[in-house]
Amino acid sequence: MDLTFTPEQDAFRAEARAWLAAHVPKTPPPSMDTAEGFAAHRAWEKTLHDGGYAMVSWPVEYGGRGANLIEWLIFEEEYWGAGAPGRVNQNGIFLLGPTLMEFGTPEQKSRYLPRMARSEDVWAQGWSEPNAGSDMAAIRTTARADGDDYVLNGQKTWCSRAAFADWIFCLVRTDAKSERHKGLSFVLVPLTTPGVRVRPIPQLDGETGFAEVFFDDARVPRANRVGEEHQGWKIAMATAGFERGLMLRSPARFQATARRLRALWRKRGKDADPALRDAVVRAWMDAEAYSLSTYATASRLLAGGSIGAEASLNKIFWSEMDVKMHETALALLGPDAGLLAPAAPPEAAGWLDGFLFSLAGPIYAGTNEIQRNVIAERVLGLPRD
Amino acid sequence: MHFAFEEEQLRFRDSVRGVLERVCPPSAVRAVWEDAPAHLASRWTALADLGVLGLLVPEHAGGLGLDELALVLPLEETGWAALPEAIVETAAVAAPLLAGLADRAFADPWLGAIAAGDAVVTVGCEPNPWVSHADNAALVLLAQGGEIHAVPRADATITRLPHLDGAQRFFHVTCTPSAQSRVATGAEAATLLAAAADRGALATAAQLVGTAQRLIEEAVRYAKQREQFGRAIGSFQAIKHMLANAQVRTEFARPVVYRAAFALARGLPTRSRDVSHAKIVAAEAAALAARTALQVHGAIGYTWEVDLHVWMKRAWALEAAWGTSSWHRARVAAAVLDDPD
Repeated sequence: MDLTFTPEQDAFRAEARAWLAAHVPKTPPPSMDTAEGFAAHRAWEKTLHDGGYAMVSWPVEYGGRGANLIEWLIFEEEYWGAGAPGRVNQNGIFLLGPTLMEFGTPEQKSRYLPRMARSEDVWAQGWSEPNAGSDMAAIRTTARADGDDYVLNGQKTWCSRAAFADWIFCLVRTDAKSERHKGLSFVLVPLTTPGVRVRPIPQLDGETGFAEVFFDDARVPRANRVGEEHQGWKIAMATAGFERGLMLRSPARFQATARRLRALWRKRGKDADPALRDAVVRAWMDAEAYSLSTYATASRLLAGGSIGAEASLNKIFWSEMDVKMHETALALLGPDAGLLAPAAPPEAAGWLDGFLFSLAGPIYAGTNEIQRNVIAERVLGLPRD
Repeated sequence: MHFAFEEEQLRFRDSVRGVLERVCPPSAVRAVWEDAPAHLASRWTALADLGVLGLLVPEHAGGLGLDELALVLPLEETGWAALPEAIVETAAVAAPLLAGLADRAFADPWLGAIAAGDAVVTVGCEPNPWVSHADNAALVLLAQGGEIHAVPRADATITRLPHLDGAQRFFHVTCTPSAQSRVATGAEAATLLAAAADRGALATAAQLVGTAQRLIEEAVRYAKQREQFGRAIGSFQAIKHMLANAQVRTEFARPVVYRAAFALARGLPTRSRDVSHAKIVAAEAAALAARTALQVHGAIGYTWEVDLHVWMKRAWALEAAWGTSSWHRARVAAAVLDDPD
C-alpha cells in the first residue's frame, strides 16, 4: 500500500491543472438541459477533446490518452476542482463507451467511440418504460427483425439528455414471445430515425433533462445491436455496473462540493446553528471516505480484479451524501436559499439547482431501494423474495 | 498510489482469523463474562506465536519491526472475535511507546517480553479516562503531569470499575510517581503521548470495523434461518434494507481506517485528523450494526442468553475508548475548518 502519488502522477496532475486553468470558461455555460446550454456544453467537449482531456482513460485510437484509472481519478479531481462544466455526453463516455469497449465489434468501436469522444454524437439513455422502472425486465418495446433491419415499436421514458441528444442506446425485446430478462437486445438508435419521436419532459427544476421517446415502426440496421441477439440483459447489467460503480459519479465532484460548502460556512456560518458546522465537517468526511473507497476500487481493478454487486454500495453512499451536502448548504443560506436570480446572493449560486438535482440521485441509475436489494442478496447472501 | 494490502498481509490476516476462531470462540468470550480471567495465557501465547504482539516491536528487541499498516488487519480480526485481552494497549500502544523511549536499556527487555507474549503492558493516558487490563499488566505506563511513568503493577493501586462490557476489565490506577518511575519528560513525553493517543484510537477503530462486520454476519445468519409467515425473515425487504444500510456504513468506514493506518505508519502531518476521522466512522458503523443486528433478532436478541450482546456491548465500549466520537469530531472539525485549502 502506498497512498502517495508518483512523480509521473504529480506531473500529470500539474499538466491537467495548467490546461484547465487556461481553458475552463470563466463564466459557467447555461444549463445543459436548455438548447443554448446543450450547444455550449457540446462545444466545451470539443475543446476538451482538442486538449486531449475528453476521455483520459480511453485508448489513444478512440480519442483518449490511455491513462489508467488512478490517473483518471487525478484528472477528475483537477476537473471538478477547476469548476469545469458538467459532462453533457456522460451517457456516452462513461456508460456506453465502456460497454462498447467490452462488448462491441471492432467496427462498432471505431465507428462510435471517436465520435463519442469528440461529442459529435451525444448519447441519451433508453432503458425505463412507463411500466418498466425498477422492474426493468418488464420492458415491452419490441424490435422485430426484418431483413437487415430491426423495426422498433414502443416507448421509452426518463431518457436523460434525449431532448437534445443525437443517439440513444436502448434495451428492447427482440424475441416478442420472450419474458423478463430473456429475449432482450441492446440496440443503438439515431434519434433522427423516421418513426422516432421525442417528447421532452420538464423536470423538477423546470428544465428538460429527460424525455419520452416513442418508436413507431422505426427502422435501424441490425448491425446497430451491441452483443449477441437476445443477450441484451447481460450487457445492460454491465453498463449499469459502470454506472453505479466507478464512472458515473467520481469522488472529485463531491470533494469539490464539500470544499464549496466549507467556503459557504465561512461566509454564512458564524452565527449559524452549531449542528450546521458539524454537517459541514461531515460533508468533508463523507467525500473523503468516498474518494478513499474509489482509490481502493481502482487499485483493485488495476490489479486485475473486478467490480460486482459492491457497486451498489457506492451508489447509495454518494447519492445520500450529495443530498445531505446540499441540504446543509440551503440551511446555511436560510431564507435566501429559495431565491432565484437575480434576487439570490452570489454565494447562493448553484446550491438550489444542485439540491434539486441531488434529489434525483437516489432515484436514477437504479433506485436506492433496488441497490439495497442487490446488496442484501448478492453481497450479504440473503434469500431472494 | 496503490490502495490495497499486499498478498502477504491478507494471508496474515487469514491466519489470525483462523487462530482466533480456535482460541477465541464466542463461548470463550462468554466465559470471561461469567468471571473467567480476561487474560488467558494460552490465547495470548497463540497471538505471540503468530507474531501479532511483536509487530510493532523493533527487530533488535525481538519483534518484527513493522508498522501500523501491518497491525490494522489483525486488529480488525480481534474486534470480529471480541478478543478480551489487552492487545490494543500492549501491541498497538505500549510497544511503540516503549520503542520510542531514549532509555533503551529500560525499554528493550520489556519490548522483548511483549513480543514473546510474556508481558501485558497497559497504558493510562489522555483521552482515556481509565486503564484497561491493569490487573494482568506487568507494567503500567502512566501519563502524569506531562511526564510518562513506568510503574510495575505491584507498585500501583488499582480499583476495578465494573463495566457494561463484561469481557473487558477497566481500572482506576493510582501510583506515586518518582524519579525512578519517570521514563520521559517534556517534549519527548508530549510527542510519545500524542502518538499513543493516535495509535490507541486507530487500533480501536480497526476493532470497531471488525465488530461491525461480525454484528452484520450474526444478523444475516439469523435472518436466513429464522422463519415467520412461512419464510426466512431475511427474504423481507424491511430486513434486507436495514442490513444493507449497515453494510454500506461499514464498507465506507474500512478505507478510512486503512488510510489512517497509512498516515500513522508514514508519520504524515494529517495523521491525527485521519485517525479521528477513522474512529468516528468506525464507531458509527458499529453502532448502526449493533442496532440493526438487535432489531433483526427481535426479542431473542434482547436476551442475555444469546451471544449477540457480547459484540453489541463491545461496540459501545469501544466507542468510548481512546476518545469518544465527540472528542474526535472536535479534532476533525479543527483540522478541516482551519485548513486554508
